[in-house]
Amino acid sequence: MSTIKELEKKARIIRLGILEAIGEGQKSHIGGSMSSADLVTALYFHKMRHTHENPKDPKRDRLIFSKGHAVLAQYAALAECGYFPKEELKKTKTLGSLLQGHPEIRTPGIEANTGSLGQGLSIGLGMALGAKLDHKSYKVYVILGDGELAEGQIWEAANTASFYKVDNLIAIVDYNKLQAVGFLKKRYDLGDIRGKFNIFGWKTFEIDGHNMEEIVNTLDEIDSIKGLPSAIIAHTIKGKGISFAENNPIFHNAPLSREQIEKAKKEIQGETILEVKN
Amino acid sequence: MNNQENLRQAYGKELLKWAKKDERIIALDADLCGSTQTVFIEKEIPQRFFEMGIAEQNMTSVAAGLALVGKIPFVNSFAVFSVGQAYNQIRQGIALPRLNVKIVGSSCGLSDFGDGATHQSIEDISIMRAIPNMTIIVPVDAIETRKVVGEVIKYKGPVYIRINRNDLPNVTKESDQFKIGKMQKITEGKDVVIFACGLMVSQSLKAREILLPQGISLRIINVSTIKPLNKEEVIKFSRDIKKVITAEENNVIGGLGGAICEALEDQEMKITRIGINDEFGQSASCYEDLIKYYHLTPEDIITKVKNLINQ
Repeated sequence: MSTIKELEKKARIIRLGILEAIGEGQKSHIGGSMSSADLVTALYFHKMRHTHENPKDPKRDRLIFSKGHAVLAQYAALAECGYFPKEELKKTKTLGSLLQGHPEIRTPGIEANTGSLGQGLSIGLGMALGAKLDHKSYKVYVILGDGELAEGQIWEAANTASFYKVDNLIAIVDYNKLQAVGFLKKRYDLGDIRGKFNIFGWKTFEIDGHNMEEIVNTLDEIDSIKGLPSAIIAHTIKGKGISFAENNPIFHNAPLSREQIEKAKKEIQGETILEVKN
Repeated sequence: MNNQENLRQAYGKELLKWAKKDERIIALDADLCGSTQTVFIEKEIPQRFFEMGIAEQNMTSVAAGLALVGKIPFVNSFAVFSVGQAYNQIRQGIALPRLNVKIVGSSCGLSDFGDGATHQSIEDISIMRAIPNMTIIVPVDAIETRKVVGEVIKYKGPVYIRINRNDLPNVTKESDQFKIGKMQKITEGKDVVIFACGLMVSQSLKAREILLPQGISLRIINVSTIKPLNKEEVIKFSRDIKKVITAEENNVIGGLGGAICEALEDQEMKITRIGINDEFGQSASCYEDLIKYYHLTPEDIITKVKNLINQ
């Protein structure tokens, strides 16, 4: 079991992995990958029962990136876990690559094809229902974008999950307050997200999505919840960890220059050193 | 051929039969289980029947999730909804990763005569044909429907099954073999070959009976697997006659007719497509009124046969 400090360090490694996958000069979904990096770290290195040695283990916990464009964070974590060589990260989104622009199950460790927004929670619900039918205890975690919550299918799934009392399904909203082209408040206000999940019959939590201790404690607490699905509204910062990208809509999907990558790396590594000194 | 039987009832009962033997089989329905006939499973194996509410997109993606954990989900609704409402869920979540999901389009074509254009699927075959990895099956009668259920369970991958709402004549025999990707010659003939699916096979047989005393014989091929289309068989059944008619209860654009034309693109043949001529359906007091209005009767087939012969 990793300590919070170790997990925080791991999150820096995941962010560096995201930078590897972004590479130089290629348009990439930086913002949403960076905002979900701490959540992904807690799941793969603390919470989920899984092993790269048996990626298809029927008993494994599953993570679906419904906001598929931010899959770079999942790729970085899977590479760090050993699901595929880290060199693959550099080939992300190139012709014939194992790592496509959006998640596909041909990649070891990827559980569903997502990226057409709105579908991942339903797919996770299907898996969770399957676990119930088979009397298996695995859990299904689904990371949703906040902008993605505009998709009606999310709420179809939300209602069905509570109707069937699917307590092995956990939705995590990467609430970074930005959709692709701008701030949600201004462009398409989704209102009270937590309240919406409450009304749909979910147990809800609201946390700082960059506070590792809070993430870990919440994920652990959810293990004991029975009879209803859980949703974590995780307040995050889009582009978290790269000062010039934070809260900047331009970096939803943008290329990085060599200089920008170096600056980003320094910032991420620098914070790590700071952590160690503390 | 006089023996009429209901296809959706045959489907529902057969699915229950297989579900009793195979625990992986699950039925999902969107408030139409009485029409799609998954009600049989609901009654006998309620734990493997899921009422998904009137929410076809969620139902379809849930099926993807179930398939990803080893189940064989059957997604049920009217063809207009199971294909049209959930197109992108089928495309991205099921066809692309080749998941083992069976999508059932019930009340297909004009067969839901009273409900009108909104409930009549005239383009579902065309839509599904354009999706890579998809298999499309149109059972011709109740006998074949029962065999199709068993075969699609054995086949691992996405399948679309198009099922008529009404009673149709049995044109196949219990002893006939159904295999995905194989066509069946129903009758031999020398003047025109008709590639037909669904209702239009029995309509072609009626046309054949009328034409026989006039010295015209039709070779009728039941194309129940529209995709993957067996190109070799299409050529084999048509190269001696060289006069081809396609007949379907679907838009003439992109359906069986389109598929046959593509298969014969290098051949010197005359081809006429019979189907719905790129227009929507409408309400009628009976199925037959629509069949007449949209020119899908044996008489319409006879006119096309004669035009083709006299060309």
